[in-house]
Amino acid sequence: MDADRMGRTLTRIAHEILERNRGVEELALVGIRTRGVPLARRLAQVIREISHHEVPTGARDITLYRDDLMRHAVGAQPVVRRTEIPFSIDDKRILLVDDVLYTGRTIRAALDALVEFGRPRAIQLVVLVDRGHRELPIKADYVGKNLPTAASQSVQVHLREIDGRDAVEIEE
Amino acid sequence: MKKDLLSIADLSSEEIYSILDTAEAMREIGERPIKKVPTLRGKTIVNLFYEPSTRTRTSFEVAEKRLSADTLNIAVATSSVVKGETLADTALNIEAMAPDMIVLRHASSGAGHLLSRICRSRIINAGDGMHEHPTQALLDAFTIRQHKERIEGLKVAIVGDLLHSRVLRSNVLLLTRLGAHVWVSGPPTLVPPGIERLGVRVSTSLEQAVADADVIMMLRIQQERMQGAFFPSLREYFSLFGMTVERVKRAKPEVIIMHPGPMNRGVEIASEVADGPYSVILEQVANGVAVRMAVLYLLAGGVEVD
Repeated sequence: MDADRMGRTLTRIAHEILERNRGVEELALVGIRTRGVPLARRLAQVIREISHHEVPTGARDITLYRDDLMRHAVGAQPVVRRTEIPFSIDDKRILLVDDVLYTGRTIRAALDALVEFGRPRAIQLVVLVDRGHRELPIKADYVGKNLPTAASQSVQVHLREIDGRDAVEIEE
Repeated sequence: MKKDLLSIADLSSEEIYSILDTAEAMREIGERPIKKVPTLRGKTIVNLFYEPSTRTRTSFEVAEKRLSADTLNIAVATSSVVKGETLADTALNIEAMAPDMIVLRHASSGAGHLLSRICRSRIINAGDGMHEHPTQALLDAFTIRQHKERIEGLKVAIVGDLLHSRVLRSNVLLLTRLGAHVWVSGPPTLVPPGIERLGVRVSTSLEQAVADADVIMMLRIQQERMQGAFFPSLREYFSLFGMTVERVKRAKPEVIIMHPGPMNRGVEIASEVADGPYSVILEQVANGVAVRMAVLYLLAGGVEVD
């Protein structure tokens, strides 16, 4: 997937979001650190262009909620980054945004992390790539691209804001 | 990170910055409606305090609870220590109940190192005698960085009872490691001999030490540790080394005034300074929780293999 394709994919997802939610007033975007955050900002931008509405956008770090913390006897702890959700999520329809959906464990942690901020009316999941191999009963509401992969492969999403270019690549 | 946090001397500057950066993320948790994350669920932490403490013990306990650890507090006045049990025996008995971490405050320098040798649990030094108080220095550095955006190149004046102060030792090690210019000042009887070997400038003139300082850190006169007369009277001490509004004016206009607490108002610091616009003393307390959460989180992970 190249930059052009990524842009069109996000535009398509924005349209789907607006169609399914019939209005934007209650919507809010929350990106999962690291690469979900710029994706959430871009979706907010596209939604603004289509509907002329500003959708509040936040960032959530889920490190402290991971189920694999403390399970390794060796090695340093993962870096914790700041969570910034500068609005109330009560009664909002939250669009949780991440780059790759794989085992589902990150999303499980993000759901736990999110409900501590309040009680949203609904949470929907947006992912750029769904690569399969789920280990938990989790399914995305909006998928940029389904990418069948082997467990031995790795899917790398590169984003302009972080990596200087837009691309999705499969590495062996 | 090593297994234990006993001394600032064990930390590299990368590790110090990693603790400060992690503390930034932890601070945000304290601003949420639900001030709790599940990170240390199922971990048991024992706060073993052989000396009176309000701030440090409460701060550790709040930090532990915000990370969902199970905490228990042992205050020595109500424990078997009054029946004559030694520190090592007490520690081994606690250890037999398999805690994950022990936070230790003790009147003897090196008490944490003793426990570190005989315990499997991770040990956090919450103040050992006149030796070190590493989490205090880390929260001080966090507070300085918050206000000055850096530590390197700042002039930091540390004034007061240098001799008995573990806060001084930890701060000197940390601030010099990160490249600050540290000046210390106090009456000659309260200046530990050889302190300049730690890389600090010593002056018995308070005025010289605080001139153009970016940060002034006051230390408490520790009368409970003083056997003998180190100065003629508290009033005389205040007249020579007490921090007054007049003396603060010698520092940079945007100076911040710090104190690790508990304060002796009218002895080392005037009330107008402690409650004044440059004082960040209560911010230090607030930041203490975030910094201790960061230390607990980082220590709870895996051990580095050599």
